[in-house]
Amino acid sequence: MFEVLNYGFMQRAFMAGILVALICPLIGTFIVLRRLSMIGDTLSHASLAGIAAGMAGNFYPLWGALIFSIAAALGVERLRRSFSQYAELSISIVLSASIGLAVVLISLAKSFNADLMSYLFGSIIAVSMKDIHMISALSIIIILSVYIFYKEFLYISFDEEGAAISGIPVTALNIYFTVLTAMTIVVSMRIVGIMMVSSLLVVPVAASLQISTSFKNTMLLSVLFALFSVVSGLFTSYYLDLAPGGTIVLISVLLLIIIIIMKKIGSFSLSYR
Amino acid sequence: MDINVLSAQNITFNYGSNTILNNVNLQVHKGDFLGLVGSNGSGKSTFLKICLGLIKPQFGNIKLFGTDIDKFKNWKDIGYIPQKATAFNQSFPATVEEIISANLCHKLGFGSIIKKENKDKIDEVLDIVGMKEYKKRLIGRLSGGQQQRIFIAKSLVSQPKIIFMDEPTVGIDKKSEAGFYDLMEYLNKSKKITLVMITHDFGAILNRVNRVMNVAEGRIFETDKSKVFSN
Repeated sequence: MFEVLNYGFMQRAFMAGILVALICPLIGTFIVLRRLSMIGDTLSHASLAGIAAGMAGNFYPLWGALIFSIAAALGVERLRRSFSQYAELSISIVLSASIGLAVVLISLAKSFNADLMSYLFGSIIAVSMKDIHMISALSIIIILSVYIFYKEFLYISFDEEGAAISGIPVTALNIYFTVLTAMTIVVSMRIVGIMMVSSLLVVPVAASLQISTSFKNTMLLSVLFALFSVVSGLFTSYYLDLAPGGTIVLISVLLLIIIIIMKKIGSFSLSYR
Repeated sequence: MDINVLSAQNITFNYGSNTILNNVNLQVHKGDFLGLVGSNGSGKSTFLKICLGLIKPQFGNIKLFGTDIDKFKNWKDIGYIPQKATAFNQSFPATVEEIISANLCHKLGFGSIIKKENKDKIDEVLDIVGMKEYKKRLIGRLSGGQQQRIFIAKSLVSQPKIIFMDEPTVGIDKKSEAGFYDLMEYLNKSKKITLVMITHDFGAILNRVNRVMNVAEGRIFETDKSKVFSN
């Protein structure tokens, strides 16, 4: 079974996949608890526009994805302040603009080809060493940021007003967090694909919320569920010749359903009663 | 010279064409237990948010411990218990300990590990509010009254010198409410914490506060406690 790891492309896919499984739940936990689950979709569509821009402009598409998704993230955060009572409206506006821009740039680039498809649906064989360098650098930034600002992000997620009064620079950290989310999308899209990246941000977290006993526990369980989904998904997609993104997401959803059923029948709960 | 804990000078706040606060002045002294009363929409909560720097007034300034609010850095000296504090996401997966420790961000440094001295501090404030045995419980699994006590513990853990409260007993039962006021009186008298509380139910705390401020028609004025009901 493990002979597939002798292949260079599979080694790269697993390296990227494991990093994705580590960072998606770290960021996803805060996203879910702040009820901003749609932001993943929005930023991934912005990154699609960036990919198309990279292909049209003949530069490294992940740079385009990073720039466009960070710009979209800042746009969401700016609009969120303008529509403070309708946080989801800012996400919808940027989502619409991102889809429109992506379609226009794709048509300009005339680049609806296999390469673009690999970004849309994820690919095992498409992960290059250049991708690995970028994914690793961004993952280190994301993991360190969550470690450094763990308590601040927790406090803001629970009570934004209380966090502001305790002296936490809430606006600056909100902007930084949205930029981290954009980075997470860019890191994840190579393996999971633009269409499914937001699922990996929220589904492992949804599963861990069913049985968690603390915030830290929620985060750790989410990482474990994501790791299981990614590793088993990559093996399955290799042997059954399936798209890795779809396989990983389906496994994570299956895991969520199993946990919900087991919780319902009362055989699996770590929670206090 | 004894510096005022809070000094609001000439505060004016307009919402559109409506004047909510009109040239308001207020001084809160160390050790005060001050009750802010007034009808709905009188501007009590707006005034409190201005005092906490959450809203900027069009005119006037706020000083906390003698420092202009824009330059004020010692936010750990300020506690706040909001209106409907218990109206948070009840499925938020954090324990009582995690929620209280969040208010120690400035002391805890990086990461998620809480040092022994801070754990002791959390135990101490939970002991004060009578909730020590609930430390590892998920916050959403507690009753409204218990959650209210956790929010008091959260504001106490940073060792504040003043606590602002905006109708803190809304949504909790009468028994828990009486316990809450007992606790506030204890904090004011024994721990020397200055308290500023907005409330509708003034009868419940009339004998506990030392000052009553009435908010009406955009003004705030001191009221003789004995005249609150007759007014």
